[in-house]
Amino acid sequence: MLETHPDLTSSVIFGLGWLYFLLFLMNAGWTVRAYKLDLENKFLSGISGSHIPSAAVWAFYSFLMLMTSIAHFTGSASPGSFLIRMPEIAKSGIDWFANPVRYFVLSIGLFVGVVWFRKQLVKPTVAWSILNVAILFLGLSMTDYDFRLIVGKPDNVPIVGMLFILGFFTWLYFKRAVDNDQRIKDGRPLFEQEKNDKILVWPDLVYSELICMVALTAFLVLWGIALQAPLEEPANAAATPNPSKAPWYFLGLQEMLVYFDPWLAGVVLPSLILVGLAVIPYIDFNKRGNGYYSYEERKFAVLTFLFGFLPLWVAMIVLGTFLRGPNWNIFGIYEYWDVHKLEAANNKNLSDFFWLYWPTGDLLGGMPKYDPQGSAANMFAMILLREWLGIVLILGYFMVSPIIMALTVFRKFYVKMGFIRYMIMANLLLWMAALPIKMVLRWTVSLKYIVAIPEYFFNI
Amino acid sequence: MSIGEYIRETQLWKSIFRHPAPYDRRNRIVVMLTNFFLHLHPVSIKQQGIALSYTWCMGGITFFLFLVEAITGVLLMFYYRPTLEWAFRDILSLRDVQTLGIMREIHRWGAHAMVITVWLHMYRVFLTGSYKPPREFNWVVGVILLVLTLLLSFTGYLLPWDQLAIWAITVGSNMAKATPILGSEGPGYQLLNIGNYPLITPISDARFLLLGARNVGEETLNRFYILHCVAIPLVVATLIAIHFWRVRKDGGISQPL
Repeated sequence: MLETHPDLTSSVIFGLGWLYFLLFLMNAGWTVRAYKLDLENKFLSGISGSHIPSAAVWAFYSFLMLMTSIAHFTGSASPGSFLIRMPEIAKSGIDWFANPVRYFVLSIGLFVGVVWFRKQLVKPTVAWSILNVAILFLGLSMTDYDFRLIVGKPDNVPIVGMLFILGFFTWLYFKRAVDNDQRIKDGRPLFEQEKNDKILVWPDLVYSELICMVALTAFLVLWGIALQAPLEEPANAAATPNPSKAPWYFLGLQEMLVYFDPWLAGVVLPSLILVGLAVIPYIDFNKRGNGYYSYEERKFAVLTFLFGFLPLWVAMIVLGTFLRGPNWNIFGIYEYWDVHKLEAANNKNLSDFFWLYWPTGDLLGGMPKYDPQGSAANMFAMILLREWLGIVLILGYFMVSPIIMALTVFRKFYVKMGFIRYMIMANLLLWMAALPIKMVLRWTVSLKYIVAIPEYFFNI
Repeated sequence: MSIGEYIRETQLWKSIFRHPAPYDRRNRIVVMLTNFFLHLHPVSIKQQGIALSYTWCMGGITFFLFLVEAITGVLLMFYYRPTLEWAFRDILSLRDVQTLGIMREIHRWGAHAMVITVWLHMYRVFLTGSYKPPREFNWVVGVILLVLTLLLSFTGYLLPWDQLAIWAITVGSNMAKATPILGSEGPGYQLLNIGNYPLITPISDARFLLLGARNVGEETLNRFYILHCVAIPLVVATLIAIHFWRVRKDGGISQPL
């Protein structure tokens, strides 16, 4: 029987052979580095050779990669029986995270983990191991048909690249910040203040720029040769694709549509993200940490920004790109995109809870109704009555909680910032928190809208 | 006298460059001051200010990608007509027939790369606290440039006129329908009317303004083409100039105080 969705084909195995060969080369280089460090350490500490030198571990690992590579090059004749592939149990384990709650908890967990363990993470060996794990994960995942289908979409390739680049630069930031934090603690000059003489722009900067431009041009041309730009069927207004996705950089916003109506997710929240970004310099009153990497000096600013950028923006793009399938259902990265997959959506509004379900529902006996043919004033009053709880909660959230925060956790901020700055910052933070709050409410109590006024397209 | 020296002695060469080759300290300074393209830079700079591990080079790469997009974009304009009849076919012929067809690949991948490098540039500027005084306003200019980069990419996304293009733009532009007060399905659209005559309807709301039609169609293609090739690039180029100028005026690349 000819398999139409083969997990492995000869060309995939052959291609992966090159990937493992690359891993071998990378780690052979790393072994040399480890060997030199081992020698230095031995020289410094005078330890005799009773423990296993780390170079030996890396040498063994490189050898393993070389053998894996060779196995791929020689074993591609009968792809169906090739053994090196992602085990089914690992696939189902990873696909278990294909659920909004678990995915969000995972991304927050990773974020907290990175910040918490930053001092361990910045060690080159740890970072290198993580890079290896990431590449191995990608390589093994490539042995799955559905994974290749979604990751191999031409427009998705840059996103995979971005994740590696972003990981690298986040690591680089923490490396420099942890270093500078220690320097400040010890009273030593900052990294940026050492070896910081004035030099002439010609030749040092001008030539780096030239080299950078040449390298980038070459990179773009190679990328263009290797990967053709996508071109699907001619535009057809009658055939809606399922799923219909916005361009990848807007998929974080499209993801918000699950939790908010378009006027919030598509208009108000994006505008507030931009306003929030633009006002950062005017609400950050902290004078320290200007012109050098640091974490301890400006924890609050860095954590807020990283939280907004990594779990709320990038992780949402990843979710929207790789996990959202037909009917905007979530599919595991190894899962077949089944159009008929059904997910029960039985969400209720806060007003439903209040007037129909809670103990109040029994007492009040039903939702306030109005006569559609009646006066506008009557309709308006009944809507206000129907939604009073949600309206009070929303007003309280944006008007009362800044005051409570000013009296408690943000007391120092309020004193230093003054009323206007503080209110802007507090409200932006509350808007930022609105997304996770709405998510949690949706997952826990199936809440649809806090305020539901579909008559005026006003749903929150 | 070598041939290089001979050329540098000619009247033509001297009229263009005005100064001897930058082989000594004096002329290395002079070259930065007298060359139009180089005078963007200062004459000298702190070592850490150009260290890759500090700057990540992302702003520079973003600017370079903008230039790549401009050049490949102009070349693509020779081969592309923004009409329902030709748009898709012209892209097909770029793929299958035209010698310079790879320009489309470079243009598209460069565009994706530019979105990523803009984010990384912002990431770096934030993490080094470089938006702090005196550079507050340049950060704001940067945020506007970020939006415009996304809009450039978004408007360009429609031009191939394939399924990927029109549906991505349909999904994206449907949001405009929900704009408060100005969208025909946005909260408060009923507020704008003259007597009983509503001002905000599906043919006069924010989405219609964006698309030039009720749905993504030929008017949209034309509108996005002009936005993509002329209007937004002009604004971006102006803002880039301001952005660079402010970097110099605000004291060069950020450094520990």
